[in-house]
Amino acid sequence: MRFAVAEDAAALRDAAEALLAARATPALIRSAWPGAARPEQGGPSGKGGLDEKGGLDGLGGLSAVRAVWRGLAGIGVTGALVADAAGGLGLDENALPPVLTRIGHSGLPVPAGETVAVAAPLLAAAGHPALPDVLSGAALVTAQLATPAAAGVLVPFGQTADYVLLRAGHGELRVYERGELEAAPVAAVDGSRWLARLAAKPSGGVLVAEPDGAAAPWERGVLAAAALLVGLADRMLSMTVDYVAGRRQFGVPVGSFQAVKHRLADAHVAVEFARPAVLAAGWAQASAAVDAAGQTSVAKVLASDAATTVARAAIQCHGAIGYTTEYDLHLFAKRAWALAPSWGSAGWHRRRLAASLGLTKLCLTKEWSEPDG
Amino acid sequence: MDLTESPAEQAFRGEARAWLEANVPRPALPSGDTREGFAAHLDWERALFGARWSVVSWPEKYGGRDASLWEWLIFEEEYYRAAAPQRVTQNGIFLLAPSLFEFGTQEQQDRILPRMAAGQELWAQGWSEPAAGSDLAGITSRAERDEAAGGWRLYGQKTWTTRGAFCTHLFGLFRTDPRAERHRGLTYFLVDLRSPGVEVRGFERLDGDEGFADVFLDGAFVPERDVLGEVGHGWPVAMATTGSERGLTLRSPSRFVTAANRLVDLARAGTLDGGLHDRVVQSWIEARAYHLFTLEQVTAIVDGANPGARSSLNKLFWSELDVRLHETAMELLGADAEADGPWSRGFEFSLAGPIYAGTNEIQRNIVAERLLGLPRA
Repeated sequence: MRFAVAEDAAALRDAAEALLAARATPALIRSAWPGAARPEQGGPSGKGGLDEKGGLDGLGGLSAVRAVWRGLAGIGVTGALVADAAGGLGLDENALPPVLTRIGHSGLPVPAGETVAVAAPLLAAAGHPALPDVLSGAALVTAQLATPAAAGVLVPFGQTADYVLLRAGHGELRVYERGELEAAPVAAVDGSRWLARLAAKPSGGVLVAEPDGAAAPWERGVLAAAALLVGLADRMLSMTVDYVAGRRQFGVPVGSFQAVKHRLADAHVAVEFARPAVLAAGWAQASAAVDAAGQTSVAKVLASDAATTVARAAIQCHGAIGYTTEYDLHLFAKRAWALAPSWGSAGWHRRRLAASLGLTKLCLTKEWSEPDG
Repeated sequence: MDLTESPAEQAFRGEARAWLEANVPRPALPSGDTREGFAAHLDWERALFGARWSVVSWPEKYGGRDASLWEWLIFEEEYYRAAAPQRVTQNGIFLLAPSLFEFGTQEQQDRILPRMAAGQELWAQGWSEPAAGSDLAGITSRAERDEAAGGWRLYGQKTWTTRGAFCTHLFGLFRTDPRAERHRGLTYFLVDLRSPGVEVRGFERLDGDEGFADVFLDGAFVPERDVLGEVGHGWPVAMATTGSERGLTLRSPSRFVTAANRLVDLARAGTLDGGLHDRVVQSWIEARAYHLFTLEQVTAIVDGANPGARSSLNKLFWSELDVRLHETAMELLGADAEADGPWSRGFEFSLAGPIYAGTNEIQRNIVAERLLGLPRA
């Protein structure tokens, strides 16, 4: 028995952390919001079509975000789960929680879980021609697997990603070039996610997984979302701790009041108990443990609830400054609110566990069926 | 990461399971927090000791098996799985013993630990006083030097002492330097409750058992050899003991995993009420989360880390989880919840969890100040 992050996973995490700490600033995230930036008009390669109004340093925020993503790709993040021979690092799911927690912490607005945990290994297995661009960070892939692709379905990064992975009519997974899809922009709570709504059921696309091969990518996506949420929760908590230690009222730091301390202590408990559950889910997937799906649900419930709990405590403990957009906290809170219900909400995963514990006659026909199923 | 058991660990589990299945008393013993039940539990403790299961992680020379922390966790899992009796020796073997191993002299360890393991000497905890509960550093019980007799004489009152009326010994903090304040000038004593000058009076807890006691000390003599750690430096020893109480050693995850599994059984057996199922599942998830947190913590301890203030995270999590779990059980039982039974008793006892070992309000202060670094008031 040993419950600790392995050296290779820790090395990838640490390299990502160093790069993100230097480059993924709140200013960068802001530059990737609508208004500060415009979606790129370029093709799947992601080149061309720079932001006309200019974002960060006049380069265009989305391009700047992509530059950071290429940096992460350069240290191997995008190919973490792709075999050495195909240009990746050849790691297993144990590597996902540490590095994705750091990416979540940074707030970098990219479909990181979708690309690293879900799409890249599928593209590699299918021999898809986009793989080199995805591994180099030149192309971003988003995914929406919770709901079968149809008119009305929301796709995160559906305005900006180069490729979109969707669940098609028979439960198989298909990858589309963004231009192949009929979709309309949708204003979103977290504007940096560039949400789009499918206007029609897609046709075409390239088959990358048969229905019986679609469960594992779903579980990896859930795991990735859970890891990102733990990182976001950690970030919001540390921002709040810093703020309440410095903010003075009644002549003392507000963080010296027990009402504030106790709220943040509970927030810390939520984060510290979600983190090992996410690591354990990575191990369960990598080892094909019999209860891997259950472990994954446990992780997502704890991570979703931790992130929303911390977001609430963080905004409250900041006071009015926390209810502004000039202060950075909202960038992370809105990401948490977007990710908490994605890849199955806490409620959906509790229902899945209830079914596996024999507590409900409600039949979830497929393991990863609709959250409302 | 490797969450699989080695062949040796599997063999250890098998041996523990077989012995427990053959030996756990049926029907279950009466509460160990009553005079009659305590005696029955002592017989059980002696049976455990006879088969070397009473203190598996201790050295063989003290009656243990030199088991690793992982094996200890496995034993705990099997113990709760078998619904074996509560450990009335817990305050000795789980709280005092780790501090004896850390701070005790060789003579103290050799003299005290074997009798503790065998259930011959039974230890109660002497922290709280009528005017010092959460504020442990505010104790006023004192010890005066008796040079002629070669030791100390104790004066004062300890209270809310769990199973104090049934125990033979007490460990606790006493003020040895009347001029020192708060955490300074305190000394950790090991007291024989059968000495002249000690009077113990049991009283009822909320659940109606005589599980509490007042301990009155009026010149009770403690020889020099029964000071644990240095005179005047009892606080760090006491903090090590409370760390054990808040964390892993007193409350291993199996207790909650087993309770959560029983809750799921209760929900499955009852009329399906979907509104409560979310709460049932949440308790099951939280028990699992505590288990996983513990695995990470054990790895850190094996690597040489000291959990320190992180034991307050354990304490907050398991105690709040235990209350919620039992509240859900009481709701599932509906009108039957009123009848005395394992769930109603468990519910009442769960309410003690956020109080003992330092109230959860104190734990939140510790987490905020020592883990998050927030300023003291």
